[in-house]
Amino acid sequence: MLEIAGRQFRSRLFTGTGKFASAAVMREALNAADSEMVTVALRRIDLGDPADDIMSHLDRQRFFFLPNTSGARDAAEAVRLARLARAAGGTNWLKLEVTPDPRTLLPDPVETLQATVELVKDGFVVLPYINADPILALRLQDAGAAAVMPLGSPIGTNQGILSRFQVAIIIEQARVPVVVDAGLGAPSHAVEAMEMGADAVLVNTAIAVAADPVRMARAFARAVEAGREAYEAGLGGKSSRAAASSPEVGLDFL
Amino acid sequence: MPTTDAEIQPVAIICNGETRQVEPGTTVAGLLIALGLEPEMMAVELDGRILARQDYESTTLAAGARLELIRFVGGGSDA
Repeated sequence: MLEIAGRQFRSRLFTGTGKFASAAVMREALNAADSEMVTVALRRIDLGDPADDIMSHLDRQRFFFLPNTSGARDAAEAVRLARLARAAGGTNWLKLEVTPDPRTLLPDPVETLQATVELVKDGFVVLPYINADPILALRLQDAGAAAVMPLGSPIGTNQGILSRFQVAIIIEQARVPVVVDAGLGAPSHAVEAMEMGADAVLVNTAIAVAADPVRMARAFARAVEAGREAYEAGLGGKSSRAAASSPEVGLDFL
Repeated sequence: MPTTDAEIQPVAIICNGETRQVEPGTTVAGLLIALGLEPEMMAVELDGRILARQDYESTTLAAGARLELIRFVGGGSDA
């Protein structure tokens, strides 16, 4: 069972709640994904449409909400969003995101580390979203991060794990859970992450923008299970030479 | 009489970036009711400081108060 900061999770598929065409589709997709950890963002309430509340569509008993700091451009904005999330939702869990460049949405390592230090001191359970930088992952772990969330590729690109080499090092070195986040565009990408030994993956765009988000959510759920099963089963090593899998004896009659 | 004027004149506040007029003596709790908002699962920032939920009733909005009313929306890494 996956354990983060003393809390156990049966499902290793974390799901984001953005970009869905409707609340009804989102709800059905989250059920199909069978996720427990679900991310949400924080924004100003639209005073012209105050009834439009995502939390009214989601079962708070069933899902564990992980607020993110999406939109934060520096540590100070991230800390402000974190405290608002805690005030709004009563949770001290946080997916820390600091993305100063809207073009790439790549996370700022310096501001992320600084915000992690501050938020851990303030009692938050911090899961920072990072570039796939093994040294940074260690620094964040030392700073008290409860997990690290390296990207496969930039957010929303559906490019898969372009950072494979670095993610492998992060997984090898980390003492905290590693959640591969961002860029996982197909179930095969999720399988790959899980086979590599990632503890979980976070998927949003690939499910939300699929022609049938509910079926895609189910496909990702199966992929995550298959990848984890394969990792635990132990993959055979790769070889550059062929090796027959049928017996080499008993061919004398040919 | 200045005190009487102050009681009659509406108070201008800035709520989620927009100027609004509220009656003098309006509390944060009163404003939320007027806006049709449930205080559960939302956060209020008043003049840059988070206001604890138990203080909504006792906090009166002064002229020029800057309020941010925030809540959860759908989001992954990118929303």
